[in-house]
Amino acid sequence: MAKNKDIVMQERNLQTVSAQQRIVKIVVKAGTYLFLSIMALIVLFPFYWMIISSLKTLDEYRQNIPTFWPKIIVWGNYAEAFSQASLGRLFLNTAFVGVVSTILSLVITVLSAFAFARLEFKGKDLMFGALLATMMIPGELFTITNYATINNFGWMKTFYALIIPFLVSVFYIYLLRQNFLQIPNELYLAAKVDGCGDLKYLWKVMIPLSLPTLISITILKMMGAWNSYVWPRLVANDEAHRLITNGLRNAFTATTGDVNYPVQMAAVAIVSAPLFLVFIFLRKYIMKGVSRSGIKG
Amino acid sequence: MVDSKQQWKAWLYLSPAIVLLLIFTVWPIINTVRLAFLEGYNALEATWGATYNVGIGNFIEVLNYKDFLTCLKNTVLLTFLTVPLSTLLALLIAVALNSIKPLQKFLQTIFFLPYVTNSIAIGMVFAAMFNIIGLRPSGDVADSWGIINNIIMFFGGDPVNWINAQSSYAANMAVMTVYIVWNALPFKILILLGGLQSINKQYYDAARVDGTPRRRVFTRITVPLLSPMLAYVVITGFIGGFKEYSSIVGIFGEKMGPVGDPYSLNTMVGYIYEELPEMNYGVASAAALILFVIILIVTIINGWVSKKRVHF
Amino acid sequence: MRVVLQNLTKIFPSRNKKSNEEVVAVNDFTFEIPDGKLIGLLGPSGCGKSTTLYMISGLQKPTSGQILFGDEDVTDLPTEARGIGLVFQNYALYPHMTVKQNILFPLQNLKGADKLSKEEMMERAYNAAKLVQIEDLLDRKPSEMSGGQQQRVAIARALVKMPRVLLLDEPLSNLDARLRLQTREEIRRIQRETGITTIFVTHDQEEAMSISDMIVVMKLGVVQQIGAPQDVYDDPANLFVAKFLGTPPINVFEGTVRGEKLYLAEDCVMNVPGVADQDVFVGIRPEGFEVNPNGAMRCSLNNVEVMGRDASVVSEHPASVNPVVRSIIDSDIRLDLSNKNVSFSLKAHKVFLFNKDTEERIRFEVR
Repeated sequence: MAKNKDIVMQERNLQTVSAQQRIVKIVVKAGTYLFLSIMALIVLFPFYWMIISSLKTLDEYRQNIPTFWPKIIVWGNYAEAFSQASLGRLFLNTAFVGVVSTILSLVITVLSAFAFARLEFKGKDLMFGALLATMMIPGELFTITNYATINNFGWMKTFYALIIPFLVSVFYIYLLRQNFLQIPNELYLAAKVDGCGDLKYLWKVMIPLSLPTLISITILKMMGAWNSYVWPRLVANDEAHRLITNGLRNAFTATTGDVNYPVQMAAVAIVSAPLFLVFIFLRKYIMKGVSRSGIKG
Repeated sequence: MVDSKQQWKAWLYLSPAIVLLLIFTVWPIINTVRLAFLEGYNALEATWGATYNVGIGNFIEVLNYKDFLTCLKNTVLLTFLTVPLSTLLALLIAVALNSIKPLQKFLQTIFFLPYVTNSIAIGMVFAAMFNIIGLRPSGDVADSWGIINNIIMFFGGDPVNWINAQSSYAANMAVMTVYIVWNALPFKILILLGGLQSINKQYYDAARVDGTPRRRVFTRITVPLLSPMLAYVVITGFIGGFKEYSSIVGIFGEKMGPVGDPYSLNTMVGYIYEELPEMNYGVASAAALILFVIILIVTIINGWVSKKRVHF
Repeated sequence: MRVVLQNLTKIFPSRNKKSNEEVVAVNDFTFEIPDGKLIGLLGPSGCGKSTTLYMISGLQKPTSGQILFGDEDVTDLPTEARGIGLVFQNYALYPHMTVKQNILFPLQNLKGADKLSKEEMMERAYNAAKLVQIEDLLDRKPSEMSGGQQQRVAIARALVKMPRVLLLDEPLSNLDARLRLQTREEIRRIQRETGITTIFVTHDQEEAMSISDMIVVMKLGVVQQIGAPQDVYDDPANLFVAKFLGTPPINVFEGTVRGEKLYLAEDCVMNVPGVADQDVFVGIRPEGFEVNPNGAMRCSLNNVEVMGRDASVVSEHPASVNPVVRSIIDSDIRLDLSNKNVSFSLKAHKVFLFNKDTEERIRFEVR
């Protein structure tokens, strides 16, 4: 009997321990969610503020006690922002530079990656090593001479200056080569037996098989054009060639003081919108591409 | 077996990349080093036939230049403030995300959102949030304190002049730190969460069987196994930190400082870019080389430390 | 199509930069493959059989020698111009294409006069699929199919352009045992139906023996023997071939010939007329033993494994090179296991002598 009692006691102890553990577990879970929710709110707050501010009247925005939802929704801010920064022109310029440089860059990247992954030539390893080594050097080091080169070529204030210097990305070549290498060599031999030439094989087999990587590259490249600021400001900051980020910065030079913030926020929202749309639909590719690169688009 | 047809084809396919790299990557490397050692090189004067001595004059000029030291100080300060802070926050968020199941994907997406933004554009939003609207020249009366001050006052604090005219350096740096950390979180969370998810669950099961307390699991299992990712995130964070530029332009505009105190927040990259339109390529090149060497040293130190400390 | 290999040699330059050792993958291979036959290239890994196949396909260029299809010298012809079909060991199906697209792929690459209309292509693809009995799976992707089905698709893709020669690289190695048996019959059937000269590579002697019209046994780049499977089995040219063919493998002993008599461990086991006195290797096929209480070959009995139709006697002999001697006997013959010893007499045509140094066959007259 005594023995039995002991066992019962032990069981009860175990039960209380497990109940205690369960409570700790629930508290930890709740704390985790609370922490994440607060952090998420902090992360999201600027976006929220941008959108509601862009819909307020200037008077409401200036109110001493802030409102968290506009009393009167003023869509007109968007129209005003659009015309004030001549966003239409900037959109066109940026889209042109983005599309052209992405297409050319993809062609160059695919051809180079194919040569490194599939063809045999003397000095291949040396060449590839040299290419990788250039990734170590910060881009700022190139800017000075490239600025001079563009000047010498007479490309200042042209689209050439915005597109050509950045067509080759060693990192994308590397990324795609790795992807190409994963495609079994037998497929290449099989295609050769089937009478399929190199370029056709590239087009019919390798490109379809590495489509996710190519999509990642495309998105990151387009985002790069959309977000580039420093270089365009140096070489082509004129009406005809200005890109969206520079245009935004130029149109709203003042960031502090008594600025018409609703219109400014509307402009920021317009500029940010395409990025969000791309993100919503192609999140997977962006996150995959970024996690392998760490290069901000 | 290397047949000549493949050789020829390979070089043909590589030719566009090689030509462009020679012009826009290889030549700049050589030329930047060359220019850095031509004392006082100025492209405009050079076209008129000026000649330059070879020497380290440019470096001395850069290092003695007061504004450069300001830039260096700003850059170093911002880097050392933001990298540890963002890494720690990202680690906490990643670990928290990794421990939950429902809403994980959703929250992960939210935390990634700042990545797909334009740092100039969102910088303007941050400026709007920190700005004191309608500040009078005397600096004491405001129509509105701005949303951040509103929040501070709601919790019983005093409003701060963050970024407006006559704002303090410390306040400016605080705003920049918040913005840069906000901007740096998504990438770090993505990498760290990826690392956490690739840790074999068996280690955790084994720890649970041994009755290891939660905190010990974190310090003895999670962090060591995550150390390669942490090292990677820290190294890229340092490199990015030393190249900080456009986030400052986003908040303070191209004058790189609050009204009345331009360039007080300038960075090293900013300094290089200021010299370019002046055609002072020699000085700019020297500054760029100094930046490169600093980044190289930081990378080497990081690599060396992580070799000692990283688990693998 | 008759395929002629003349002095075919392939030398790979040394991979290691420090040593200058070249690897002779295939050495001076001369052979004429008659039209419409199924040929098995057989040997252990690294024997040069795959290299030979790849040279016939044109994917690798011979260092010297010639390859002729019929009377046409194809040595310098690129792969696609040779009119061959090749089935890879891992099938190499394009993973992003359906079965139909995979089979159509070679046809879509035809140019000039060979170009086909859409209908012709579809018809040929369908016929090829039907030949390998996958006509119901045309819209599947390779990942949705079993290994055996993928194998058939690979064969269909190789056959669809009506090749002059069909080449198969280890066609059965990725299949499980049951499918292997079934597929090898299938390959035989397809080869018979199409009449295409077919060359396949394998390291599995049973596979090669069972379906080939002729086998080529290779070792370290050198052809050891060529012939009909049974002939090679019954009359191996050297110890390597004798050991490589047959399951269970041949039993090898160290023996001595003295006065035209063969001695194994001091026992005279049989007469070998016309052989000079020397030390030799002796190979005895498992089926070359007959249980005979008066037999000259005395072994210590270990075990008898009954396999239904026949039984495998495991025993030991002092002259044996291998730890045990395996002999196959009729299962009607019951051996008393309590008996420590068993004696055999030998079937002379199942006993082969080999030179101790060169391991070449020493022939003797079988009476």
